Order: sequence, then structure tokens, then C-alpha cells
Amino acid sequence: MYNVKVYVTYKDSVLDPQGEAVKGAVHRLGFEEISEIRIGKYFEIKVHQTAQPIETVIEAICDKLLANVNMETYRYEIMEEV
Amino acid sequence: MKFAVIVFPGSNCDMDLLWAVKDILGEEAEYVRHDADSLAGFDGVLIPGGFSYGDYLRCGAIARFSTIISEVIRLADEGKPVFGTCNGFQILTEAGLLPGTLLRNESLHFICKTVQLQVVNNQTNFTSEYQLDEVIQLPVAHGEGNYYCDEATLETLKENQQIVFTYAYDNPNGSLENIAGIVNEKGNVLGMMPHPERAVESLLGSEDGLRFFKSIVKNYGKARANA
Repeated sequence: MYNVKVYVTYKDSVLDPQGEAVKGAVHRLGFEEISEIRIGKYFEIKVHQTAQPIETVIEAICDKLLANVNMETYRYEIMEEV
Repeated sequence: MKFAVIVFPGSNCDMDLLWAVKDILGEEAEYVRHDADSLAGFDGVLIPGGFSYGDYLRCGAIARFSTIISEVIRLADEGKPVFGTCNGFQILTEAGLLPGTLLRNESLHFICKTVQLQVVNNQTNFTSEYQLDEVIQLPVAHGEGNYYCDEATLETLKENQQIVFTYAYDNPNGSLENIAGIVNEKGNVLGMMPHPERAVESLLGSEDGLRFFKSIVKNYGKARANA
């Protein structure tokens, strides 16, 4: 059994208007020192045994569905539960 | 000419499309469900706007895996006209039938209004009834219409004259190069954020969308006559 965490974020070249709006609000809160906020997506996935290596499975899911590689990148962490 | 209007859970412009081609133009058209597995007998595909699958994950990302999409891809490969408006455009990019993607509007607002569009390519099967650089009025209604692609893709779009519609004066969503609609390299798959199907009668405020559908029908007729 694996617990997988996937983080999907915009590529650096892509403007994130939501992140910009949140940054503006943070500045209005008084935290002027915050220079950048970017919003992404976070997935928690539970996986039983896989026929292929687990990395192959997770990357296939990310490439095909969880991230749009035109505008997003992703990274993941795999934790094995004993 | 017989059109399929694809209906996903959450589509909401399907009736408008059917109305435009069937009741206004007098062509044949039928609804086809997202879980159908055949488009046999259809000459063209219309993918409506709306909020397929509630826009979950990304607009169009889940609709793209509907069973009917493999048939849409088959028709596109055969060179038949495939048109997606609004959410339909988003689905076509997610399905890889058109390059690039649609991001959240720069202003973060959902925009619902009539916009001025420039026809920057009238040499397509979708726009031959327009004049080059003609400015037309069509409604938009979207929250994610901000067209984006990388620089290499943009160069290709320009080289092949794949940019078909641009926002003429005000860009409502922040799209790259004011792009409102593009066509694939082969010229038979077109996606755009504005809604020509909502502008086919003067009662609706504009008839400028009518020539879009007339172009499709006319060019299909020509292609058949030459075949």
C-alpha cells in the first residue's frame, strides 16, 4: 500500500491571476514582504499493488489527466505504508 | 449535411447549436450523448459550451475521456468539420485536437457580453462567407477563455495562419495575441471562445454567427461535388 501526494503547479512562464489576487490581499493584510504567491493543486492518492513500477503509474496519471503539460508541471512523493 | 451535437453532463449550449443548424439553416442535426460509441453517418461535429463535469480539475479535462471523443477524433482525422465553442474549445485542446490551452480570465471575472471580433483568416471552411479583417459581433460567456500556448506553438500558429478570430478592440480575457479562435493545421477543426450559435437571428441581437455555419455547409457541399 502506498500513499502518494501529487502537486500540480503552473509553469513559471504562465501567469497565475488567482495567485496575484491572493498576493494583493496578503499585502493589504500588512505582509508587504511577501513577493510571490502561486496557487496549485494537491492530490492525495492511495495505491494498492501495481503491476508496473508505481512511478510509472503515477506519471502516466499525471501526464494524461492530473496536469495539463501545456501550462502545468507536477511533482510527487511516494510513501510506502508498512 | 448531418451534424452531431455532442451532449456532456453539464453542457448548456447544445440546444442553441441544434437550433442554429437545424431550425435556422435547415440542415440535419441530432444530439449524441457523451457515452455513445459511434458517430457513423454524421458529416460534422459540434461541441457545445457549458460546464462539462462541472469544470472539475480543469475545463474539459474530464469530458475529454468520454467514450464519444475517440469517434470525434476519428472524424477529425477523416477531415470532417469539427467545431467547439467555449467549453467545446476547451475540450478540443484537452483532447489534443487543437494546440494550447485556455486559462482563467486575467481579470478573474466571468465575462458575459457581446464582443467585437476580427476575422483574420477567411480562407477556412468555417469563415469563407466573411470578408478578410471584417469585424463582427458575437457574444462571449466564460471564466476560462484566456488562450495560452508556448512561443514555439504560437510561431507555428502564425506560420500556418491558424489564428482565425481575434478580439478586435478590447481583449476580454487576456488571451495571447488577442486570440479568440484557432483552427488546426489541416483546417478542419476549429475552436473559439465566442458563441456564433447565439447570434443567428436579429432577435438575438446579431446575425453575424449565421455565416459561420453557412460557411461549413457550403464548403462541405463543394467538397462533396468535387469528390
